[in-house]
Amino acid sequence: MASVDYVLGEDEVDRERPSRGPFALAMRRLLRKKIAVAALIFIGVFYFCGLFAPVVAPHSFTDQDLDAVLQGPSLAHPLGTDKLGRDLMSRVIWASRTTVVVTVATLVTGGLVLAVGLGLLAGYVGGRVDTAIMRLGDVFFALPGLPMLIMINATLGGRIRGMGWLQAMEDGLRINGFPDYVVVFGALSLFAWVGGARLIRSQVLALRETEYVTAAKAMGASTARIIVHHLLPNVANIVIVSLSVSLGAIAGTEIALSWFGVGVQPPNPSFGVMLYEGGNIRTLQANPHLLLVPGAVVAGLIFSFNLLGDALTDVLTPHAR
Amino acid sequence: MQGLLPYLVRRLLWVPVILLAVSFIAFAITRFGPGDPVRVAMGQYSDPVVLERVRHEEGLDKPLLQQYGIYVKNLAHGKLGESFTYRNRDVSEVIFPKIWVSARLGLVAMLIVFAVGVPLGVFAALRQGTWADPLSISTLLVFQSIPVLISVPLMQIVLVLKLHWLPAAGWGGILDTHIVMPALAISLPGIAGVARLTRATMLSVLREDYVRTARAKGLGEFTVITRHVVRNSLLPLVTVVGISLATLVEGAFFAEMLLGVPGIGQLAFQAVNGRDYNIILALILILTTTFIIASIAIDIAYTIIDPRVRYERREIG
Repeated sequence: MASVDYVLGEDEVDRERPSRGPFALAMRRLLRKKIAVAALIFIGVFYFCGLFAPVVAPHSFTDQDLDAVLQGPSLAHPLGTDKLGRDLMSRVIWASRTTVVVTVATLVTGGLVLAVGLGLLAGYVGGRVDTAIMRLGDVFFALPGLPMLIMINATLGGRIRGMGWLQAMEDGLRINGFPDYVVVFGALSLFAWVGGARLIRSQVLALRETEYVTAAKAMGASTARIIVHHLLPNVANIVIVSLSVSLGAIAGTEIALSWFGVGVQPPNPSFGVMLYEGGNIRTLQANPHLLLVPGAVVAGLIFSFNLLGDALTDVLTPHAR
Repeated sequence: MQGLLPYLVRRLLWVPVILLAVSFIAFAITRFGPGDPVRVAMGQYSDPVVLERVRHEEGLDKPLLQQYGIYVKNLAHGKLGESFTYRNRDVSEVIFPKIWVSARLGLVAMLIVFAVGVPLGVFAALRQGTWADPLSISTLLVFQSIPVLISVPLMQIVLVLKLHWLPAAGWGGILDTHIVMPALAISLPGIAGVARLTRATMLSVLREDYVRTARAKGLGEFTVITRHVVRNSLLPLVTVVGISLATLVEGAFFAEMLLGVPGIGQLAFQAVNGRDYNIILALILILTTTFIIASIAIDIAYTIIDPRVRYERREIG
């Protein structure tokens, strides 16, 4: 009907699917922001390179070209080489694989499974369960994050790395440094859930009292059904926003831990290790590219995460401002 | 300030519980660490009999819970234990001079954060709709996105190696050029955060009715902004003092290491590498206590500054 088209305006009309969910609308609004799209593209390229590092990287992260040590950019090595003659571009690509694995794993375990699970449980079940989860959260929240992470990795890291089945998985999955990844993201997840769980709990507390949940209960819906069909869709936006805002911090913390020497261990590639090697004053004077190359990639990634987080906040929680 | 006192009592009662839990977690983790401190201390001349005796004297052969009990008992007497790497020196002896350095650095950084961040945010908000607003805000986001690990070496390249303006590293108190780089490095992310928050609250306050009223009754624009808008925009900033404190501490860990500032960041790095768990444990406990006290102080400050705030029986979240 023409009159309806006129009222809705051009881009809200879709003839094939008459109704569109609020989420799809929000994604449309996101894609209309040029800055957000640029950030998404950077993140996409980064994750693609990281996931397919064995294919994308021209060399292995341990390959040495001893005739070309500490060189600047050239045709053979587009971003130069380090002091062991390793191709810097390949090192960066392999290091992004570390960031990819750690951010995704932390997001899934700490950001989704633990945060959503515990937040829903605390908010919906309430009572003693709520108190127990929230007080546990208080304790984790009170612990100073970075020093604790450093200590956990320094003390328990060795034990976890030494576990036989992790080594077996490293060989089985062909991911170099798999035990390192587990140590880092395990420790990160332990602290990553508190903020998200609190947020979700407070949402669920309000949602629990809504009419549609009461109606569903009256019709005999099971707890699982209420959680999956009525609560989860309504907290999804907030979950996405809080996850996207925390991504930069997660990536940054892995890099910080590896820089400190308690995260991913050399020769396995990590931006933290590269920044450490490139960051002392003599190297800065003689070969600044050893710091500038990984530094630019890391800053670009965190900047993109922050831009995306801002944009998603605008798009998904319009009433928050 | 109705309801503040009972709220405060509940918060304060909760403090020792959290501290106990935190200290137990941290303590248990240190006891699972690799390397036996006694063996490390004995060096290569380790005699199994002596080893056992020293371990017994230090109480390291007791069950974990009993060891923790002894630690807490010592803690209650103000004893943080003996440092493993600084032989025969108490942890507090090692730690407090370092804290003094870090605290001064952090204070200077905190001052920079608010002294620069607030005016920047006010400026951006007043220029909304012009090019200056998005430019300043996105520039700030760039600064917020550069980890201290990268910003410090960048500053060293520019300020030390190219321009020769500043010494490369070291520490000489707060009235010394050595403080410029670490203070700048750890305050940059905070400046950006404070400026963005100030801008956001300024924009919402600018839309308030009382601002329109102030303009309508003929007040000058300068008076409206300074007396009505800015003062009301500063309230939410009180809450971020705590968050920026945490950011400063994390930044300080790396800035101190990179720039040779003899503070707790450098100490933590040495302690981790030297497996000096008593020092790390003490650092974690001191930091936790500081954060808890800071957050309670902020809550109190908030009710005093903004009489609209009430603490109900059950806080949400």
